[in-house]
Amino acid sequence: MSLLEIRNLSVAFDTSMGLFKAVDGIDIAVEAREVLAIVGESGSGKSVAMLATMGLLPDSATVTADRMSFEGRDLLAMSGSQKRRIIGKEIAMIFQEPIASLNPCFTVGFQIGEVLHQHLGLTGRAARQRSIELLELVGIRDAADKLGAFPHQMSGGQCQRVMIAMAISCNPKLLIADEPTTALDVTIQKQILDLLVQLQAETGMGLIMITHDMGVVAETADRVIVQYQGHKMEEADVLSLFENPQSNYTRALLSALPENAVGDRLPTVSDMLFEPAPGVRP
Amino acid sequence: MTTPAPAGPPVLDVKHLRRDYVSSGGFLRPARIVHAVKDVSFTLEKGRTLAVVGESGCGKSTLARMITLIDPPTAGEIRIDGLPASAAHVTRELRQKVQIVFQNPYGSLNPRQKIGDVLAEPLLLNTAMKAPERRERAMAMLTRVGLSPEHFNRYPHMFSGGQRQRIAIARALMLNPSFLVLDEPVSALDLSVQAQILNLLKDLQDEFGLTYVFISHDLSVVRYLADEVMVMYFGDVVEHGSREAVFADPQHEYTRTLFAATPRADVASIRARIARKHAAA
Repeated sequence: MSLLEIRNLSVAFDTSMGLFKAVDGIDIAVEAREVLAIVGESGSGKSVAMLATMGLLPDSATVTADRMSFEGRDLLAMSGSQKRRIIGKEIAMIFQEPIASLNPCFTVGFQIGEVLHQHLGLTGRAARQRSIELLELVGIRDAADKLGAFPHQMSGGQCQRVMIAMAISCNPKLLIADEPTTALDVTIQKQILDLLVQLQAETGMGLIMITHDMGVVAETADRVIVQYQGHKMEEADVLSLFENPQSNYTRALLSALPENAVGDRLPTVSDMLFEPAPGVRP
Repeated sequence: MTTPAPAGPPVLDVKHLRRDYVSSGGFLRPARIVHAVKDVSFTLEKGRTLAVVGESGCGKSTLARMITLIDPPTAGEIRIDGLPASAAHVTRELRQKVQIVFQNPYGSLNPRQKIGDVLAEPLLLNTAMKAPERRERAMAMLTRVGLSPEHFNRYPHMFSGGQRQRIAIARALMLNPSFLVLDEPVSALDLSVQAQILNLLKDLQDEFGLTYVFISHDLSVVRYLADEVMVMYFGDVVEHGSREAVFADPQHEYTRTLFAATPRADVASIRARIARKHAAA
């Protein structure tokens, strides 16, 4: 049984131009102890699919799926309060903009403590002790002092570490990382990716990496889903994807990497002949 | 892209450039000085591309603002085509020589200005050209960067990120500049669009004999585009050399750290990583 199983997920947004389908019939399955990368360009629906799973989309979105289950429990049939007991505790998520996803009005210690209180019932000294442990686990020095720091007093890399600390505070079974390193420098990106992969290996949680960066995919993933305009173009383990990509879109993406430039020009995606998937918008 | 050694002065000659930022002190609080750029010197020949690499806060954008004559340096000297340049009074002649393309194509275009006016404005401000000629030139440049004439009367919000970056590049080229500063021009773009813009930059360089100062943190892009690479770290230039030399044999510790941190997307590295993972499990 998969950790997370989604079958035929569609998400449509009600816009003034009519219904816009951001995700169109996608299947996703993640096993425990697995790193799945979902890769695609902006507008491919990679974030929306995960936000729909977490129930974080606004009311203008219509989410339909044949099946959406976490450890065999049906997420579709659950009430809001039942779902909230799982979301944030057993499924945790970290976002792209670390500084923007923390509340600027509260200290880091308060925000971590809030999660611990909400899901584990820890308060006072126990919560403080656990917060310090968590910050040390994600590699923040002087953890006890940093509990009193506000997000604006920390760098982007440190804020992302705090986000990761909050996400793993309840020992989640599944961690969803939505472009966790896009806003960070490449040296910091390396540290954060190493940290995520190390935590994943130690705790045995499932990890979904949403990214547009083929380098990040190559450095972290076991299995990869390539998405384009709401459709799944390809699903393969990471080695076969890079070695022998099946869909034209994946081939185009890989050859557009500057390090793969042949001669003086980069092939672009529109240069490649495109085989549209069934029902892909032109 | 190798051009024969030109006679005459280099396009850009920078000597001992320094820039300090002073944060205002308060009652009982002394003012603090941040040395954003410390003593940077280099020259750049016509038709070459210099890549400036470093992480956020290393002073690469401050350097870009100084050599485009937006911000004055605290100390040091800038010569453009042999002429001494100062940000305090930029002559029309100097402004025509240096132009910049910014990182964020969503923020660098005025949302209330039509594309035609965006492109014609540099001519209006810096030349005595008449309106029909300005219009004609703007139209020609629009098609040159891969857009169509019907885009002339549209507003920026009607364009995608890649198209907007094309417009920003077109605007920068309207005055036939000697050199162009590109401040992270592709880092906000998708991979496939990034490839199109990089190709466009290469084509334009060949066509107009442009000199680029290319600011980036993405080493794979730098490797593709640059002739020379300059690595900055906390305001200092720690390494400067030809692309081949810097990539083949990085001298400074920080450059090596930077290279080691860059994700590798080739099959051999993936295989090695998976082998390591299996060994650890």
